[in-house]
Amino acid sequence: MKVQRFLPRDRFPSLLDRLSEAGYDILGPQVRDHAIVFDTLASVDQLPLGITDEQAPGHYRLSASSSGRYFDWATGPQALKPLTFVPREPLWTSETRDDGTLVFRESPPEARPTAVIGVRACDLAALAIHDRHFLHGAVPDPHYRARRESLFLIAVNCSRSADTCFCIATGDGPRVRYGHDLALSELDDGFVVEAHTGRGRDLLDSLATTEVTLDQLQAAEAGSAQAADQQHRRLPAGSLPDQLQAAVAHPHWQDLNDRCLTCGNCTSVCPTCFCQTHVDERSLDGREAHHARQWETCFNPDHSYIHGVTIRAERPQRYRQWLTHKFGTWVEQFGRSGCVGCGRCITWCPVGIDVTEELAALCQAPDTAPGQAPDTAPGPVSGAAPDRQEPGDD
Amino acid sequence: MTSGLLPHEAEVVDRQDETPDMFSLRLRFTDPEIQTTYRFALGQFNMLCLPGLGEVPISIVSDPDDRHAIDHTIRQVGSLTRNLGRLEVGDRLGLRGPYGRGWPAETAEGTDLLIVTGGLGCAPSVSLIEYALRRRSRYGRIHIIQGVKHAHDLIWRERYSAWRQHPDVEVYLTADTGDTFWPFHVGPVTQFFERIAIDPAHCSVFLCGPEGMMRTVIQEMVRRDVPAGRIWLSMERNMHCALGSCGRCQLGPKFVCRDGPVFSYAELAPYLAHKGV
Repeated sequence: MKVQRFLPRDRFPSLLDRLSEAGYDILGPQVRDHAIVFDTLASVDQLPLGITDEQAPGHYRLSASSSGRYFDWATGPQALKPLTFVPREPLWTSETRDDGTLVFRESPPEARPTAVIGVRACDLAALAIHDRHFLHGAVPDPHYRARRESLFLIAVNCSRSADTCFCIATGDGPRVRYGHDLALSELDDGFVVEAHTGRGRDLLDSLATTEVTLDQLQAAEAGSAQAADQQHRRLPAGSLPDQLQAAVAHPHWQDLNDRCLTCGNCTSVCPTCFCQTHVDERSLDGREAHHARQWETCFNPDHSYIHGVTIRAERPQRYRQWLTHKFGTWVEQFGRSGCVGCGRCITWCPVGIDVTEELAALCQAPDTAPGQAPDTAPGPVSGAAPDRQEPGDD
Repeated sequence: MTSGLLPHEAEVVDRQDETPDMFSLRLRFTDPEIQTTYRFALGQFNMLCLPGLGEVPISIVSDPDDRHAIDHTIRQVGSLTRNLGRLEVGDRLGLRGPYGRGWPAETAEGTDLLIVTGGLGCAPSVSLIEYALRRRSRYGRIHIIQGVKHAHDLIWRERYSAWRQHPDVEVYLTADTGDTFWPFHVGPVTQFFERIAIDPAHCSVFLCGPEGMMRTVIQEMVRRDVPAGRIWLSMERNMHCALGSCGRCQLGPKFVCRDGPVFSYAELAPYLAHKGV
């Protein structure tokens, strides 16, 4: 049964107190480097009270909001990804003994019980996708599992959307539905708190809450409705996997050649991108070596390099790989699209490329305007093209 | 719970120089228990590791029934493979595997085999050829076409001669560039197709090598009505984890390390038609 209570604003600090007493490190949203990020939260005073975010393609600014609320913003550049699939994870170390023999030792997974306040519906949807990838594949990942199981998640229902949000189109928001322990709906005078798990219920029971009123419930729902109404970006109708497969040679890909910087910002902020590179370092005396994995982007030519050949040597091919994977082949791999509609890739793209616009163009039949598909691009378009080889043609 | 990413120590028990830049290593896990329980299927690969330098996926060329050691044939391309090439008998390295889905040797039983390889593509296919010849009665006629870029790239010349001695085995060798001592053909592998009678209902086609070569052969096979489900390709992609996690080896929706490296053409047709996919 759904348990909902009302936590008056002046008692909100007790939520942090109870989490601390339960042994959790607490992370919460706060302003750092002109953006809202998750960081260690010692007091509610660190929360971004009365601050909102303005987002647009290639644009993110914080400004004062007229509300006296803590969560009157949409999304920061981070989702939960840096907490579970960390940017760099040590995997194993090796030791070379004097007699030349080797010893390999697994690096133990690291995690401390951590409560995160301010998680959004899109972040939880992305977390569920990563759970599927890292925990339910052939070999579950112990590092991801340890970090994942250490989390206590306190979500916040969005009452406003950024210009770049489109979770309505992906079906992942704005209201939190799964994956959280507690969900908050922020009202002017406090929070409607809903428990989703047993331990969430226990925490809720430990707070001095009051009965939730019908007015408060309606206000919370009105907030979600407002967030939904504010969204205007949509995804093309019909099956995106089919349409993207059909668009593999679409001339519009070449249009990206003139805009995409292949910087990988989109893959860094994307809460579902999971590509990795494995790196090795040796100690100065050569006896120890450390093997770690770190985030990688499919926009890096090295991502597809094999013995002298870069398979996706041209920029449009790398953009095509990203977009086609995210919205197309992802469905066959994971049973759903890899996009949760958070809009971060639009906001944090330095040149403001908007995936929803690109998809719309790619789902239109090619017009007669001159253009080149990525695999028919002439040499001068791409610096890498003149050396282009078939994989294995070495 | 282990990550599945931890290498185990292995020892070089034999090494063989094949060409100036290619060599074979015979490896054995130093932990007898791991070696005893290690099993692999035809066409699978291992991750070979030199601490501090990294890991590289290398196909296994020895017979799956050989439980004593594991053979790999490697071309020196980058720093890791160059350093693997410096290993001597008794040296240690890291090994984990086996990974992937290999050649469907059992599915092909009772059919003729056409094995077309190019470049170092011969390494994964050699295991297949040796496998079939050791179990000769299970297969029909065997045609082996091997193309190399340059005459000096052909390794295992003696093996090709030995294969020819088997009944109903035809071997065709060609190089893009020959040399004075090259007694075989010069030109693309496709030149042999006219000489080969293929019964599309009773043949299995195995391809390994440059994708352009494989595409050309596929076109010819499709033209001859060989079903797409009976044409098999061994694919190569960048791989860091070999567990389907790192995302590097994706080919359309396939993770080559996990879903392949051997695929039927029926599975890959939509993704092979365009470069850079």
